[in-house]
Amino acid sequence: MEVKDIYIKNMKTGDFKENEYLEEYVKELKNNGVNIFISKIDDVINWGRSNSVWPLTFATSCCGIEFMCLGAARYDFARFGWEVTRNSPRQADVVFVCGTIVHKMAPVLKRLYDQMAEPKYVMAFGSCAISGGPFKSSYHTVMGVDEVIPVDVYIPGCPPRPDAMIYGMMQLARKIKMQEFFRLPLQPDMKPYLEAEQEELKEKEEVADGTSK
Amino acid sequence: MGQVNEKLSTLAFAVVEENGKTLNVTVPKENLYETASFLRKSCNCDFLMDIVGMDYTDSLGTVYNLSNTQDPAQLVALKTTTSDRENPLLDSVHDLWESAGLYEREVYDFLGIRFLNHPDMRRLFLRQDWKGHPLRKDYDANPALNPVPMENEPIEDMETVPAIELKMGQPVESTRKLFAEDEYIVNFGPQHPATHGVLHLRVSLEGEIIKKIDPNFGYIHRGIEKMSEAYTYPQILHLTDRLDYLSGTINRHAVCLCCEKALELEVPERAHYIRTIFDELTRIASHLLGWGCMAMDMGSITAFVYGMRDREKIMDIFEETAGARLMVNYNVIGGVAQDIHPDFQRKVKEFIPYMRKMLKEHHLLFTGNPIARGRMEGVGYLSREQAVSLGTTGPSGRASGWSNDVRKIEPYAAYRHADFKEVLRREGMTFDRYIIRLDEILESLNIIEQLIDNIPEGAYAAKTKAIIRLPEGEFFQRVENARGEFDVYINSKGDKSPYRIKFRSPCMTLVNTLIPTTVGSKVADLIMIGASLDYVVPCIDR
Ligand code: SF4
Repeated sequence: MEVKDIYIKNMKTGDFKENEYLEEYVKELKNNGVNIFISKIDDVINWGRSNSVWPLTFATSCCGIEFMCLGAARYDFARFGWEVTRNSPRQADVVFVCGTIVHKMAPVLKRLYDQMAEPKYVMAFGSCAISGGPFKSSYHTVMGVDEVIPVDVYIPGCPPRPDAMIYGMMQLARKIKMQEFFRLPLQPDMKPYLEAEQEELKEKEEVADGTSK
Repeated sequence: MGQVNEKLSTLAFAVVEENGKTLNVTVPKENLYETASFLRKSCNCDFLMDIVGMDYTDSLGTVYNLSNTQDPAQLVALKTTTSDRENPLLDSVHDLWESAGLYEREVYDFLGIRFLNHPDMRRLFLRQDWKGHPLRKDYDANPALNPVPMENEPIEDMETVPAIELKMGQPVESTRKLFAEDEYIVNFGPQHPATHGVLHLRVSLEGEIIKKIDPNFGYIHRGIEKMSEAYTYPQILHLTDRLDYLSGTINRHAVCLCCEKALELEVPERAHYIRTIFDELTRIASHLLGWGCMAMDMGSITAFVYGMRDREKIMDIFEETAGARLMVNYNVIGGVAQDIHPDFQRKVKEFIPYMRKMLKEHHLLFTGNPIARGRMEGVGYLSREQAVSLGTTGPSGRASGWSNDVRKIEPYAAYRHADFKEVLRREGMTFDRYIIRLDEILESLNIIEQLIDNIPEGAYAAKTKAIIRLPEGEFFQRVENARGEFDVYINSKGDKSPYRIKFRSPCMTLVNTLIPTTVGSKVADLIMIGASLDYVVPCIDR
């Protein structure tokens, strides 16, 4: 599939600064044996998904203020269908990680992420969330949220402007559009859980077999 | 000052010296409590601004910055040291000043000094299983010692409260449980939209009534003070913006003023005027956001959108001159980073009448609303004595009738050229804390109006050396930020980076204020009272 085909209503493909990474993503998916032929049903579902992404209200520090600006009148992400901010991770599709993540917060963020239902996405907002940012040399900062949870879109800045955030949102919308809903690639951190679960099941079965025999 | 000095001379062991407006009192650690209680009771030093934990390499110590509500310009710095680095113990002063409770926990967390007779010697910011005390000079920062944890802090750890008491001359350690077995506890935060940041409150309830609150901090502790010890002064300035990002400009102003005081640098008048106008604009922006969020917590999203809309006007003004919206990074040591934009004055002058008109609308829209009034009136009472003892500075303290505006007490920058009044209220209810912010916006507009046309011509910054080294000594600067008194304490050894820098966060005392104001009221009021105190959590955690 060509990246050119991914059409989102709010922004033309040519207006994106870089399209290469998406092509690489497609290649990677293909190499991993994921079929990326998108059917008409997928198209319809993705149209709905990419236009009604519900973010989790999650902000730890300064970048959160710019996130609030994004929600308010001037930048207004309601235009793109993103305005239904959820306070519960169980109802959210995407988490905007706005602000520094520190040692004490890392497990909390991980837990929030685990509580979200699939398919779920993460946007690292601001240099703190990307790499520790200005607090790189601190003893208590996590050097980027990708140490804790997988990230889909990185938005640099300290803080990034709300416009930059909208650009990041459009990138995510494209990513959603090109996914095959019924066969979504597994989120990287889910594998060990699934394996563990299956092993557990197997063990249980074995035990059950043992007792029945 | 003479009076206190005279009174102190009756204490034979105290070494008293004057350093500008500050009286430095050094005592041996055995006499710490005695001196503190003398200062509190006989010299009327009723406001404990801050406790600074110090590591002097050969010894550990504390500095108690005290002030007096009757003569607020007078400062006393009480100092003591202990040479025991293995098991340092000092007397607690938490029964003299309520604010000391949290400050002492902070000192323990950072430096490992334990306080005798303090009922709660848990760490304040770091996890209870953290290895080492980061502000010690010999702290081992090896990340392998403290890896990023993947599990939440066990509730056990949070609830077990160690304490150390002096019994018959011997320190005796003990632990107790914070909550009883059958208490009903609600976790509020760390990820909750109404905590205004990542604050974790553990609330014990009796039906709907709050019995006890235990605030847990540190979910955004970034270690700014330790980092600063390795950074040069101009580098530190960038971190101060990120402490309390809603009054970033004002915090930065404080550090600049402190360095300028130390360097005896003459700052051009033009810079003073520009800085003051920026400070006041920041204050308005912060109060607007505070107002909007408070309304949103009550369920009025409209008010939030209105507040943010007006705030955007200020963001535009900032952006034009300084190049950024939120992290303005505009003050530098010696002045401001660049001259104001040619349109700056015009835009600010347009903004003043606009904001006055909008304030009327905000009052119409929200202040008169019977539901809002019902939720704000008669709840969250804070008396003046309590406010002083807790160190509740800023608008929240002024709503209880405590006149504590640093702009009036120690006029810095261009405040001495402006004629403005300190907004005070008497009752100390949630409603007073709400209305005082809107009134302060009006006052800030008045200040800006008086200054904007009189910005003197000339340079916008003084010339400084390429590498800024502060002379040896201790320097202290107070400013009034949007939430209260923000202080900077710098201990310099003559290097290009500080030996120790300490920021007094007004927000930590605000969270401390939350406890007496909410205990006994309904759990729904907790949100309102918290919003009316308007704290910013990264400022607490630093
Ligand atoms: S990236 Fe900058 S603005 Fe954002 S949280 Fe970090 S320090 Fe604050």
